[in-house]
Amino acid sequence: MADSYTVAAADRPVIAAPAPFRAFWLSFKENKGAVAGMAILAIIALMALGADIIAPHSPLEQFRDAVRQPPFWVTGGNWRFPLGTDGLGRDTLSRLIYGARVSLFIGISVMGVSFVLGVVLGLLAAFSRPWVDVLITRAMDLLMAVPGLVLAILIVAVLGPSLANTIIAVTIVFLPRYVRLVRASAMAELSKEYVTAARVIGVSQFRLMFATVLPNCLAPLIVQSALGVSEAILEAAALGFLGLGAQPPVSEWGTMLADAREFIRSDPWILTLPGLAILVTVVSINLMGDGLRDALDPKMQRS
Amino acid sequence: MVLYFLKRAALTIPTFFALMFLTFAAIRLVPGDPVEVRVGERGISPERLAQFRHELGLDQPVWKQFFDYVWALLHGDFGTSVVTNEKVLTEFFTLFPATVELSLSAILFAVMIGVPAGAIAAVKRGSWYDQTLMSISVVGFSMPIFWWGLLLIMLVAERLHLTPVSGRIDLIKFYFEPVTGFMLIDSVLSGQKGALLDALHHLVLPVIVLGTVPLATIARMTRSSMLEVLGEDYVRTARAKGLSPFRVIGLHALRNALIPVVTVIGLSVGSSMAGAVLTETIFSWPGVGKWLIEAIGRRDYPALQGGVMLISAIVISVNLLVDVIYGVINPRIRHGR
Repeated sequence: MADSYTVAAADRPVIAAPAPFRAFWLSFKENKGAVAGMAILAIIALMALGADIIAPHSPLEQFRDAVRQPPFWVTGGNWRFPLGTDGLGRDTLSRLIYGARVSLFIGISVMGVSFVLGVVLGLLAAFSRPWVDVLITRAMDLLMAVPGLVLAILIVAVLGPSLANTIIAVTIVFLPRYVRLVRASAMAELSKEYVTAARVIGVSQFRLMFATVLPNCLAPLIVQSALGVSEAILEAAALGFLGLGAQPPVSEWGTMLADAREFIRSDPWILTLPGLAILVTVVSINLMGDGLRDALDPKMQRS
Repeated sequence: MVLYFLKRAALTIPTFFALMFLTFAAIRLVPGDPVEVRVGERGISPERLAQFRHELGLDQPVWKQFFDYVWALLHGDFGTSVVTNEKVLTEFFTLFPATVELSLSAILFAVMIGVPAGAIAAVKRGSWYDQTLMSISVVGFSMPIFWWGLLLIMLVAERLHLTPVSGRIDLIKFYFEPVTGFMLIDSVLSGQKGALLDALHHLVLPVIVLGTVPLATIARMTRSSMLEVLGEDYVRTARAKGLSPFRVIGLHALRNALIPVVTVIGLSVGSSMAGAVLTETIFSWPGVGKWLIEAIGRRDYPALQGGVMLISAIVISVNLLVDVIYGVINPRIRHGR
């Protein structure tokens, strides 16, 4: 009987649903913006990874003979420094390429840590005793109540400005979103029958949390993570701009912008390029995130 | 209704206490001694140092310090700046109107452009206009506003000389004592010719910069909410009844589509007060955001502590108010719970 059923199913390949990843890709590639965003992001990521090979100069080397050189398309510019140099004679292109490394590193570490902590705390809140739930939810409510940048500023002011502390501060700011999302989706799953079935069979609590329920909460979490990377990059750049993020001479885009402020009258490109790098990166991640959302979770609507 | 409000308000009380704990704990974790900052590098006698410690309550056990802190906060004492020796509360509320003026103007700007733009995009769904607007809005909410501000200063103020570079009013041409702290009101009260115009002129760029992210969010939200409403039965009924498209869209659809948008607008008010930190720093706007950043630079921890506490408390209260207003305009929420 079982055999005949299998054969019957195999005879009708048209009805068979495409494999999950293929289904996702078919839907994702429909969204032109998302594909473009992913392509640009891939280029930026490659630049960040291969910075040591691609960058024409060291991001820290100061060419004293070529201070504040304009980019090649402006009169006075040349191909030695394609995007010009900054106030200390450092090559802008190289600094931007190494800056991609810093920004993506911040974005991905914040996302990674928030993802893991968010899953653990969110599942704990959903599965544990009520007092654990109240404790976690209240703590997250508090972190959400303080405006993001103000909270990040407070944390950095306490810990001292540095790249590592930027990551800590931005993670604390964005963690509540992950925790809430995981908790809410896990709660919704808990009332479903497959969870009851698993419980009846006697699946352990740990397995129930991570193997049974978690995979069904992943779709919105993946979308949140993608968008979380862009938010983390923006927030970290804002801290860098305020002088509370990565410290000189690290070539971080926000810090580069802060250094460029004094040249706002004389050398506009020193100011324009780092900001453009932030904008392009964030836009491409957001476009990709939009595509992910539409492909993974048609119900979820972003405002 | 009153009961609903009280219930919502009561729920925020634990948040306030937790906030007190957070600011207290954060400042306790700061490496170094707040007394040293006050003493400076020349040093003072041990007796004087002990007296300082006593004045600041640092010789007490930690739990007692926290209790005193909460007690003082409940009595409206947010500490004293170690740099200016002014009450933090006084300093804050001297500068606060400037931030409110900037934030509210920015939200007004965002709503006035975002709501119609989003509504039109929904009506002309899929059109060239819709696609362009949605592309611009992605750029809008991805915008690093500190860069956007500098870019606008560079182009609009420095190159084209269309607006002033910074500040709230031209202090060489106009001088008057602040009455309300709101420059737009004070400039009118001063009776000086052209003062209001000059104040508005100074407001243009900061408002655009601070309003950009809310504008993009509001436009997208209005569009998606409007799309949902346009598919509802009552809109079809209104159309079938033969009402003019203008009445259908403007009166029946938009009014209902705006309900969720109101929440977004309200939350933007809170977050823009915080976002004002960057905008104020760029435009030398003398508000609480710039003050907070300067407090960090001067290691003025009481000011930082009090400032974070006050800004957060205000944002929490604004969000509570938004919640209540939402309950008023959307009875489904109130009775659902």
